[in-house]
Amino acid sequence: MKKSILIFALSIVNYAYAQQKENIIFSGATIHIGNGELIENGTIQIKNGIIVAIDNAQSTNAIIDPTAIVINAKGKHIYPGLIAPYSRLGLEEVEAVRATLDYREVGELNPNVRALISYNTDSKLIPTVRSNGVLTAMTVPEGGIVTGSSSLMKLAGWNWEDAVYKADVGIHLNWPTMRIYSASWAPSVEDQKSNTEKSYTELRNLFNQARAFNQTRPKVKNLKFAAMQDLFSGKKKLFIAADYSKDIIAAVNFSKEFGITPIIVGARDAHLVLNFLKENNIAIILENAHSLPSREDDDIDLPYKKASILYNAGIPYCMAINGSWQQRNLPFEAGTTAAYGVPREMALRSVTLSAAEILGVADNLGSLTKGKDATLLISTGDLLDMKSSSVERAWIQGSEIKLKNSQNELNEKYLKKYGIDQ
Amino acid sequence: MKKTLLYCLFILIGLRVTAQQTFPVNGVADIKPNKFALIDACIYIDAHTRLAKASLLIDGGKIVSISEKASIPAGYVVINCLNKIIYPGFIDAYTSYGLSDTKNEGNAEDPIFISNKDGAYHWNEAVRSEYNAITNFSVKHSDPDVFRSQGFTVVNTLKKDGIFRGTSALVSLGSERDNLLIISANAASALSFRKGSSKQDYPSSLMGSIALIRQSYYDAKWLKENKGKVEFNQSLQAINDQKSNIKIFEVTDVHDIFRAQKIADEFNINYIFKGAGNEYQRIPELKKINPIIIIGLNFPKIYDVEDYFDAGNISLTELKNWELAPSNPAALAQANIKFLLSTSDLKKPSEFLNNLRKAVKYGLSEESALSALTETPAVVFGVNDQVGSLKKGMRANFIICSGNIFKEESATILSTWIDGKSYAINLANENDIRGTYQVTNGTIGTKEITIKGKLTDLVATGIKADSTDLSIKLNYFENQVSMIYDPSIDSASIGKFRLNASFVGNQMIGSGTGSDGKQFNWSANKTKTFQEPIVANEPIQKEKELKLGPVYYPFTAYGTTNILQAEKMIIKNATIWTNESPAVLTETDVLINNGKIVQIGKNIQALDAKVIDASGKYLTSGIIDEHSHIAITRGVNEGTQSNTAEVRIGDALDPDDINIYRQLAGGVTTSQLLHGSANPIGGQSAIIKLRWGKIAEELKFEGASPFIKFALGENVKQSNWGDRQQTRFPQTRMGVEQVYIDAFTRAKEYESEKLNYAKLSASAKTVSPRFDLELETMLEILNKKRFISCHSYVQSEINMLMHVADSFNFKVNTFTHILEGYKVADKMKAHGANASTFSDWWAYKFEVMDAIPYNAAILTKVGVNTAINSDDAEMARRLNQEAAKAIKYGALTETEAWKLVTLNPAKMLHIDHRVGSIKVGKDADVVLWNTNPLTIYAKPEKTIIDGVIYFDSERDLELRKQIAKEKERLIQKMLDQKKLGMPSQKATIKEKKLYHCDDMENEMSN
Repeated sequence: MKKSILIFALSIVNYAYAQQKENIIFSGATIHIGNGELIENGTIQIKNGIIVAIDNAQSTNAIIDPTAIVINAKGKHIYPGLIAPYSRLGLEEVEAVRATLDYREVGELNPNVRALISYNTDSKLIPTVRSNGVLTAMTVPEGGIVTGSSSLMKLAGWNWEDAVYKADVGIHLNWPTMRIYSASWAPSVEDQKSNTEKSYTELRNLFNQARAFNQTRPKVKNLKFAAMQDLFSGKKKLFIAADYSKDIIAAVNFSKEFGITPIIVGARDAHLVLNFLKENNIAIILENAHSLPSREDDDIDLPYKKASILYNAGIPYCMAINGSWQQRNLPFEAGTTAAYGVPREMALRSVTLSAAEILGVADNLGSLTKGKDATLLISTGDLLDMKSSSVERAWIQGSEIKLKNSQNELNEKYLKKYGIDQ
Repeated sequence: MKKTLLYCLFILIGLRVTAQQTFPVNGVADIKPNKFALIDACIYIDAHTRLAKASLLIDGGKIVSISEKASIPAGYVVINCLNKIIYPGFIDAYTSYGLSDTKNEGNAEDPIFISNKDGAYHWNEAVRSEYNAITNFSVKHSDPDVFRSQGFTVVNTLKKDGIFRGTSALVSLGSERDNLLIISANAASALSFRKGSSKQDYPSSLMGSIALIRQSYYDAKWLKENKGKVEFNQSLQAINDQKSNIKIFEVTDVHDIFRAQKIADEFNINYIFKGAGNEYQRIPELKKINPIIIIGLNFPKIYDVEDYFDAGNISLTELKNWELAPSNPAALAQANIKFLLSTSDLKKPSEFLNNLRKAVKYGLSEESALSALTETPAVVFGVNDQVGSLKKGMRANFIICSGNIFKEESATILSTWIDGKSYAINLANENDIRGTYQVTNGTIGTKEITIKGKLTDLVATGIKADSTDLSIKLNYFENQVSMIYDPSIDSASIGKFRLNASFVGNQMIGSGTGSDGKQFNWSANKTKTFQEPIVANEPIQKEKELKLGPVYYPFTAYGTTNILQAEKMIIKNATIWTNESPAVLTETDVLINNGKIVQIGKNIQALDAKVIDASGKYLTSGIIDEHSHIAITRGVNEGTQSNTAEVRIGDALDPDDINIYRQLAGGVTTSQLLHGSANPIGGQSAIIKLRWGKIAEELKFEGASPFIKFALGENVKQSNWGDRQQTRFPQTRMGVEQVYIDAFTRAKEYESEKLNYAKLSASAKTVSPRFDLELETMLEILNKKRFISCHSYVQSEINMLMHVADSFNFKVNTFTHILEGYKVADKMKAHGANASTFSDWWAYKFEVMDAIPYNAAILTKVGVNTAINSDDAEMARRLNQEAAKAIKYGALTETEAWKLVTLNPAKMLHIDHRVGSIKVGKDADVVLWNTNPLTIYAKPEKTIIDGVIYFDSERDLELRKQIAKEKERLIQKMLDQKKLGMPSQKATIKEKKLYHCDDMENEMSN
């Protein structure tokens, strides 16, 4: 009985997504373009799933389409849908329950496994994430050294096939660290060193073999090597998770051996290697502004201000949070970077256009620009500030999505129970 | 009685070392007179008295006389000690000499609750008080030479294993039979916080060790009071038997000394401490308890800092400790804190003298050093009538040195004398043959030979025909020298010339062969005596090395050189969120004095107050975190039993945790530090103010109500602990309820047992009730003297605990986490419980799948006093943001939301009369924010506790510069010293544990 109610609830949410692509003119809103610019009292029209017009005129006169529904958004804010560039969404439901975990495959080198295959469109977590404005998310396999292929997903859909925005965006690599640590449970300094060296040999072997394999395509197919084909042509991106300063440098240099420009994920020590990153044109997926400094002596606000350090150095970056349900706080992590030095509209860019650029989908996603996808939302307040953020309505590629989730349903249910649902 | 007899017997044997013995002799009796006269020596009778030229007479292992007169009676073997120094023999107060090693096999895979040891001993294997070093001691287990070579003649030896470690023995380092080496069979009792080789789970934390010590003392007392009527227990009996013993408590950090001292105060006992070597970090506070400390001389090596990135992994604390650790003995001496020295922390005891000289170089006086090695330990162990100084009738324990052993690098110990017997250390060079010799006879390829270097390590050079230096390989033994060299190729090892010679007066006379193989005679005359080379830049080097940075309080980054003080101040023109009525005051001043809020109003004037302009800024009361695990050391969970009500987080505070400072920077002023959630009844909480720089006891919120952590659900039933953890009761929520009912039932029975006993007439009082720390704590809950903060998630269990409480007639004070509180908010309100929750955490385990971010708002609206907490060192830095989420999820007003992290937690912690709002008379615990504190753009500019500005955003920037500067200075210094050839260690990053509720760890074993 309970179960059927649950299923019913979920189907309502998803049913909403199958609606027609709408033709809407939003008028009078503060439009946050996503590229760092802001239009006060602007107008924007969406139709057939894309943005067909955007204007900063004082009235709706500038855009006239009698077939369109007009939404008066005066005093409200329109934002592009936020993009979570690195998540476990759809691959994890309950962190502590093994049966619900689908992000870690056995083995160290798994370039052939694909996140979207496990992606659960009906995860209860997803609706709570999009309620805060995150409408697109990368879902990434984790574990081992080469973890697999990630895909960019729309956070609404019937199944992984129609939810996928871009399949197999890139291959992910956890860079074996050169950082030597000591603790009662730590292996010896020598062992740590030799393990890392071994991993580098394995990695080089994998990449060398894969490159050679894809030049001639031998009869006996190797799934792992085949999965890496597009890496060498640049069609697929290489994402390398590296935090320690020396690891970042090593990961970039390693990629260069194979003609690849990687995207560095995590990059906690990015502030120590700014020039190197700049010289090599490296983009960063910066994780967890809301974290503790790595080192006791670090500036206490280092994680908060790291984005502004990258911003001021002109290094392309986008913001990310590790995990699944946590993605709903992505806007506030961006907000924190704004409190610590990034101009507000640029902080928004770090979770919209910059993410789209780094993931290679900026032609169609990431900003409110004519011709791009109509993936956007209306908020009554500052989306990056929890105090005022309130997402009223949202559209993915022109179709409105429901913002209800199991949590606000429970809220309503119990407010009613206590008779305080006014 | 028996024991004292035994003791006397040993002393008697000691007095007649070579006269009579109990064991048979193989061969003819070889009784020697052993009468020696050491003449013309410089003698230190004790640390304070030096005789420039005196004679020492010994007979039968004892000192007969020390006199400055020259006459020596007949019958003595005369030993010339001209230019030599005699010091009393050293005493090492902390060794495991002569005891076999303990194998530590680590923890068992399955939990072990009760000792498996055979015999009537303590239930916990870490209590090994029945152990006696004397029954296990044998000289064959160790090498006495290692100690003798460093000047030691007597050691205290004990087994460094367990919490109660039994007794130690004071033994002589001679090479006699074991029986003849014992000076004191029961020298001291030993303790530590580490459970050592015990494989039992309990205790798994520092606070568990402390509880075990306390309970054992109570149990020992109970056993004594009810002797013969209660169980027989050799371990507890031993604690009683050792009552008058000296007790040495080994610690691993200076803060441990305060922890152990607290136990000592509770039981009115004295501990002397085996220190950790970082005592210099807390001298002012140590001075107050005036301890006696045994310190090792293990100074950190230089780190490899050549690699810029790797060097960044070394913390300022580590760098500064490297620089200051050698000054530890000097710091103690300057503060007049009594200390003893030991080799015990050294990897190789042979490093001892070098490190001792280093300590002297860093300011320790020779007198203090010698005292710490001789008379202080002798007095501490009560054997100063036998050892520790050189006086008539005392043991002939001393060392003969070639020079000042504390200062001169070249000085060596020539021989160590123990009970009148000489053990040669550096035999060869009792004659100083060093100097320059002119060749007077023979053609030997060099016109002169210079012998220099250390007496123990001689080197020689010659001068070739072309006036360049010639290296000569030289061997010297028993007044004979052999040399080999080749002037043509200047190779010292394959030489054309091979020479031998003896020393006759100032002459070398001998023979040799050149390349032609023909033997010749040669001789040389000493023309210059040896002089220690003067290293040109040594004073400069020394001055550079001894330029030491200051001690920071606390000893970490963001510490300050002075402990911060309260100030009188006016915060002017602020927007004030009072949490009182009216809730918001604009452009208002607050006057703070003596740590309190003394006035709130417009245009307050006070001439002597510091004025802080707060125009455009917001002033609030400080954030209070109901659920925190920062500033806790060595285990947040004693999760080894279902009920560990006896353990106290307050025993394991870490006042140096950087997270204190980081959270001050987030506006937190008070935190409740909770035990973890590994068991249904966890440990007692500590409510602290974040007084950065103070020691643990000073962090505690004075007079705060005592609290305890309870926990429900998946953690306590070990749902996510892996398949092996399925044996501890309970494994279900049904069982959890029974743990509570059982614990409270036992507590009630315990109470009536105690009450009944108290009513009995003196004659009827037979067996007294055992004082049980766990039940005492449960009783406090029942009697509403201690309050529960219960980790809880799902509604069924919340309901259950309220029922249990109702049935025992008390209230559950707080449900913490309480993610399904919104489902039973009405019941909680009726019960009178408080709620302390997360803003939006969920989905991390099954029991939080119905968690909703509207929880705090619903609870608030229903009328439950609700707080938002962190349970996380990171999130606690921005609890203001977490409070703001209750506006987003549930539309609370700003005032309501703000109270979630200030006044409401103050109320549930019963400290709202002191903190939680801005009101005249309350503690000056306030935060000045740059903007509305509930926005994401808010940052604290000043965080004030008791009128002390513990965080100041401007000072913070200065501290960052100070940290960078100090680190760079230290790294440069390391590089300088590395050039001089100092050994180094790898720069690694130290993993430090950050605690959450369900962190289990076992770091207490060795």
